[in-house]
Amino acid sequence: MRELIRTLTQAYGPSGAEEQIRAVIQAEIKPLGDEIQVDPLGSLIAHRPGGTGQRIALCAHMDEIGVMVTFVDEKGFARFTNIGGVSSLTCVGARVAFADGKMGVIGLDRKRDDRSKIPRLDQLYIDVGATSRDDCPVQIGDTAVFVRPFIHMEGDNGTRLVAKAMDDRIGCAVLIETMRRLEQTPHDVYFIFSVQEEVGLRGAGVAAYGVDPDIAIAVDVTSTGDTPESFPMPVELGKGPAVKIKDRRMISHPMVRDMMIQRARQADIPFQREILEWGSTDAAAMQLVRAGVPAGCLSIPCRHVHTPSEIVAETDVENSVRLLLEILQTE
Amino acid sequence: MILKELSEAIGISGDEGNVRAILLDAIREHVNEIKVDTMGNILAFKRGSGRRRMRVMLDAHMDEVGLMVVGHNGDGFLQVRTVGGIDLRLLPGTLLQVGSERTPGVVGIKPIHLIDGNEGNRGPKIKDLVVDVGAKSKDEAKSLAPLGTYISFATTFRELGPTVRGKAFDDRAGCAVLVELLRGERFRFDLHAAFTVQEEVGLRGATTAAYAIDPDCAFALECTIADDTPKDKKDVSSTTELGKGPAITVMDRSFIADRRLVQLLTGAAKELDIPYQIKRPGIGGTDAGAIHRTREGVPSVAVAVPCRYIHSPVGLLSLDDFDNTVQLMRESLSRLTRRTLNKGREKN
Repeated sequence: MRELIRTLTQAYGPSGAEEQIRAVIQAEIKPLGDEIQVDPLGSLIAHRPGGTGQRIALCAHMDEIGVMVTFVDEKGFARFTNIGGVSSLTCVGARVAFADGKMGVIGLDRKRDDRSKIPRLDQLYIDVGATSRDDCPVQIGDTAVFVRPFIHMEGDNGTRLVAKAMDDRIGCAVLIETMRRLEQTPHDVYFIFSVQEEVGLRGAGVAAYGVDPDIAIAVDVTSTGDTPESFPMPVELGKGPAVKIKDRRMISHPMVRDMMIQRARQADIPFQREILEWGSTDAAAMQLVRAGVPAGCLSIPCRHVHTPSEIVAETDVENSVRLLLEILQTE
Repeated sequence: MILKELSEAIGISGDEGNVRAILLDAIREHVNEIKVDTMGNILAFKRGSGRRRMRVMLDAHMDEVGLMVVGHNGDGFLQVRTVGGIDLRLLPGTLLQVGSERTPGVVGIKPIHLIDGNEGNRGPKIKDLVVDVGAKSKDEAKSLAPLGTYISFATTFRELGPTVRGKAFDDRAGCAVLVELLRGERFRFDLHAAFTVQEEVGLRGATTAAYAIDPDCAFALECTIADDTPKDKKDVSSTTELGKGPAITVMDRSFIADRRLVQLLTGAAKELDIPYQIKRPGIGGTDAGAIHRTREGVPSVAVAVPCRYIHSPVGLLSLDDFDNTVQLMRESLSRLTRRTLNKGREKN
């Protein structure tokens, strides 16, 4: 599964430009023989018909945060705006890749009124190695993502996986692995790889409208409370997948929440309960579709979310797959 | 010029009847079906000439920003709140039209003689602004402008050389573009025009219009910020510039445009040498924000006539930009086929 995670996290796909990551996922799941469609906004939906049980939608978003060029100055430096939650703290010195592989480095205005303050995004620029506006290879509207190699770190508590875009390619990996291992299900299952989550849960809502599920479960990362000086939050890396109770925009349906907990217990899969005080997931959008959908979320604990070095525990990933399989295989 | 008539009509969000009446008259003879929905949107249908026709939604919002009466002072002044986004610094001394009778009014202002040093630099608060309609008592003010009365800027339309000035070009310019498109030859696809209400208070009309139309793709026709006036920082771009052609949105705060539709527009522009500009990404929002999230999702894009000083008593736009927007839309739409939207989405 590690290679799958490497492949997915290294692919390019900022919100609104998910063609490349979609092609990667499509290639991974094509041999499985499911019915695959791309919806009008670009989400990839794979259908695994099962029995007469529930129609279940599982959703992981394939987009990642990134930047978009807003202006190229006369010396060929590109100003940019954020796509999703990009902090200027992670930008200085960062390297970005455009859709065609062109690279850039983010620099910081040296003249600033108050150098002790965190810079604003408009005080940053992308240096693509150009010398003038005319020889600048990028233009207004071009998008780029942060790049950083995938690594793994070994420790006494197991392996940590580190990459950009773990949010939410790790969810995509969990979904794909679940599809691979799922042999039989009494349910009618839809695997949604959604677009544009990072800019406001835009893809999952319309995708879920099309699927019209009985139950919707988002698979996404969540923050942890186990780093120095973090906000109190009992979720820790390596303690198992987190069953979301609530976050900023959603309260999980009690039936879905309890079902997830019960499945974890019956299969002896470690799990944690999650209450996230900021942020949300595709489940919030899917919950409000049509006449309403009972929704929940399986969260993979992740440190340093929205930085180019997001960390997850390999055991949590494996246990997330196990929990999903348990959910899908049980009547 | 229909733009003059539309600009001088009053139609603040929630009260678009005057604008709707003008538009109904303007398009009635050029469409196959026409109706006004529950929210007050005009939904007009112009049948296409092709077979297996796509459903294409063209949207422009009828409403404009303004004020509403929310109270009356003992001395006959009106208390107001804004409807939609208005910079309060613009208001003191502004000439207004109050209610459907267009009663003249003015936003009260303290003469400069009485303003001390720092006070002049601070922006006013809405609670401190009052509208003066010349009433001498609370009762007189109440009878002239009861609670809930809408108040509009009092701006007449004028041509200034190659530009025109007036109020409410956002989005009467878009409405006028859409009227021009409806008056032309029919397209191969079925054209579903939506003149929407309540965009300025949260894209509300477009939400139901798009649900009813259930389109294959959508174009929001807009009027957008031209901030090409001098800047204090030299490497900051303008959102758009006047006279540089229609502005195409790739991303704003409400949506990310469908790249295939952006390419359709830029491709037609390049082929026919129609000027265009990419609107600076990340700014503003349009009805496309609501439309693209409708039902199973709608590939969408926004095309706008650039206009200086939008959301103020007076905007200024270039008639060349207006004409080029109509031409770019017409040419792009005549090139729009199912293949445009199948690109990159081949089934396997």
